Amino acid sequence: MGQSLSVRNLEAWYGSNKTLHGINMEIAKNEVTAIIGPSGCGKSTFIRCINRMHDTLPGAKATGEILLDGANIYANDPVELRRTVGMVFQKPNPFPAMSIFDNVVAGLKLNGMRNKKKLKEAAEKSLNMAALWDEVKDRLGHSGMSLSGGQQQRLCIARALAVEPSVLLMDEPASALDPIATLRIEELVTQLKSSYTIVIVTHNMQQAARIADSTAFFLNGELVEHGATSDIFMTPRDKRTEDYITGRFG
Amino acid sequence: MKKHRRKYVNALMLALFSIATLIALVPLFGVLGYVFKNGVMDVNLKFFLDLPVPMGMTGGGMANAIVGTLILIAIASVLGIPIGILAAIYLTEYDRLSWFSTLIRFTTDVLTGIPSIIIGIVVYTAIVVKMKHFSAFSGGIALAIIMIPVVIRSTEEMLKLVPHTIREAGYALGIPRWRTIIQIVLPTAAKGIVTGSMLAVARVAGETAPLLFTALGNQYWAHNLNQPIAALPLSIYEYATSPYKQWHEQAWAGSLVLIFLVIILNATARLAFRTRNN
Ligand SMILES: Nc1ncnc2c1ncn2[C@@H]1O[C@H](COP(=O)(O)OP(=O)(O)OP(=O)(O)O)[C@@H](O)[C@H]1O
Ligand SMILES: [Mg+2]
Repeated sequence: MGQSLSVRNLEAWYGSNKTLHGINMEIAKNEVTAIIGPSGCGKSTFIRCINRMHDTLPGAKATGEILLDGANIYANDPVELRRTVGMVFQKPNPFPAMSIFDNVVAGLKLNGMRNKKKLKEAAEKSLNMAALWDEVKDRLGHSGMSLSGGQQQRLCIARALAVEPSVLLMDEPASALDPIATLRIEELVTQLKSSYTIVIVTHNMQQAARIADSTAFFLNGELVEHGATSDIFMTPRDKRTEDYITGRFG
Repeated sequence: MKKHRRKYVNALMLALFSIATLIALVPLFGVLGYVFKNGVMDVNLKFFLDLPVPMGMTGGGMANAIVGTLILIAIASVLGIPIGILAAIYLTEYDRLSWFSTLIRFTTDVLTGIPSIIIGIVVYTAIVVKMKHFSAFSGGIALAIIMIPVVIRSTEEMLKLVPHTIREAGYALGIPRWRTIIQIVLPTAAKGIVTGSMLAVARVAGETAPLLFTALGNQYWAHNLNQPIAALPLSIYEYATSPYKQWHEQAWAGSLVLIFLVIILNATARLAFRTRNN
C-alpha cells in the first residue's frame, strides 16, 4: 500500500548554496505526482530529500520536515527509510558485478534474506511488475550489463520494487530511453500506482499529462504551483506556470 | 606542396618512435636472452627438488630457496594485501578529503619511493634485533611493508573508477553503507584490485636487499617461520659472489627461475585485467 507524504518548509543546501526554498507540498497516497520545471530548478534535489539521499553528499544538508504517513523522516533512521521509499535513477545503474537475478534481489539479499525460494518468488514477481520477466526469464544468470538500456532501466525498477517500498521516487526514468521503452515505463507507472505512491520527475510535459494525477511546477528552487494535472495544464493559476507549459521559457 | 611536407614529417616521426622503441627493447631482451643462455642448462628437475650441496660435490638444487621465496611472498601477501585494501577503502569511501587522508596519501607515495634496503634495516632493528634472531617472519614483514603502498594506490584507483551512482543505488535499497562497500563496490572493482595486488606481489618477489637483514638465507629447509629461510634472490646473490664456477651456474639457473616466477605473476595479473575489459 502507498503512504502519503507531507512536506513542510523544506530547505536544501549544497554547501552554502541554497537550492530549495521553503517547499510545502502534500503528496497523496496511491497517486502519481509529476515534478516538472526547467533544468537546475531543484527537482532532483527535492526528490533526493524524500529518501534522504541528499544527506549522503558531503556538505549537503536539508532542514524542515517531511512526514511519511505522519512520521517525520528526519527524526528516524535513513537506512530504514530507504526500504520504505525506493528510488529509480535517471540513468540505469545496475550493479555491474551481479547477475540479472542478483540485481533484482540485491535489496533483499544484502539485507539478510537467505531463503532461496522466497528470493526466487520475489525476483519473478518484481520482474513481472517491471514488464521484464518474459525477456530475461531464460537468462537470469547473465550479467545485468548484458541488457539494453531500456531493459536495464526496467531491471532497476524491478530492483526497487523487490524490497516492497510504499513510495517510489523516479528521477526522469525514461530520459535515456527510446519512445517504445518510454511507453512501457509509462504503462508500468500507471499500473503500479494501485500499490505505490509515485513521485516522478520528468522533462516531458506530455508524459506528465499522460500519467500524473497531480503535477507540481518548480522554478528556481521554489514550488510555484501544485494541483490536479488537468488544472495545471489547462487552467494554471500562476503566470510563470503558464509561460512554462506554453513553452515561453525553460 | 604542403601536403607532401606533412607526409614527410609524419614518416620521419614514425621512424624516430620506432627506433627509440627498438633501442629500449635491446637491453630488455639482452638481459632475458643472457640469463636464458646461461641458466637454461642447469634448470632441471633436480634443481627444483634438491637442496644445495656443499662446494665440490656435483648436483644439488635450490628447492629450499624456491619454496622459501613462495613462503615469503605468502606471508607478505597475507599481511600486505588486506591491510592495503582496507586502507584504500578508508581513503576512497570514508575520508577522501581531510588533512588526515592527504597525509596518508603523501606518506604512501613517499614510502613507494624509499629504497627497499632502508625498509630492511628498519625491520632488522625493530624485529630481528628485538627477537634476537633472523626469521622468515621478519622477511615477510619487510616485503609486506614494500607491498602495502603499492596495493593502497592501485586499489584506490580501482575504487575511484566505480561510479558514485552504483553506491547510491545500494543506499537507495536501504543497504547500509559498509555492506554497499563490501558487497557491491568491492566486487565491481575486484578484477582491478586483484591485478594491482598481483603486480605488487611480482614487485616484491625479486627483492633482495630487505631480505639480507631479515630472512637471511638458509642452506637447509626452515622448519618454522621463526628460523632464517632461504630465498631465490638471496641464493643468487650468495652463489654469484662466490669464487666457484659451479655455483655461478647455479646462480644463473636461479635467476632464470626467478624471472619466470615474476613473468608468470605478471602474466596472470594482466590476463585477469584483460577479461575485465571485455
Ligand atoms: N552535487 C551538487 N553539488 C552542488 N550543487 C549541486 C549539486 N547537485 C545539484 N546542484 C545544484 O543545485 C541546483 C538544483 O539542481 P537539481 O539537480 O536539483 O536540478 P534539476 O531540477 O534536477 O535539474 P535537471 O532537470 O537538469 O536534472 C542546481 O543549481 C545545481 O547546480
Ligand atoms: Mg535532475
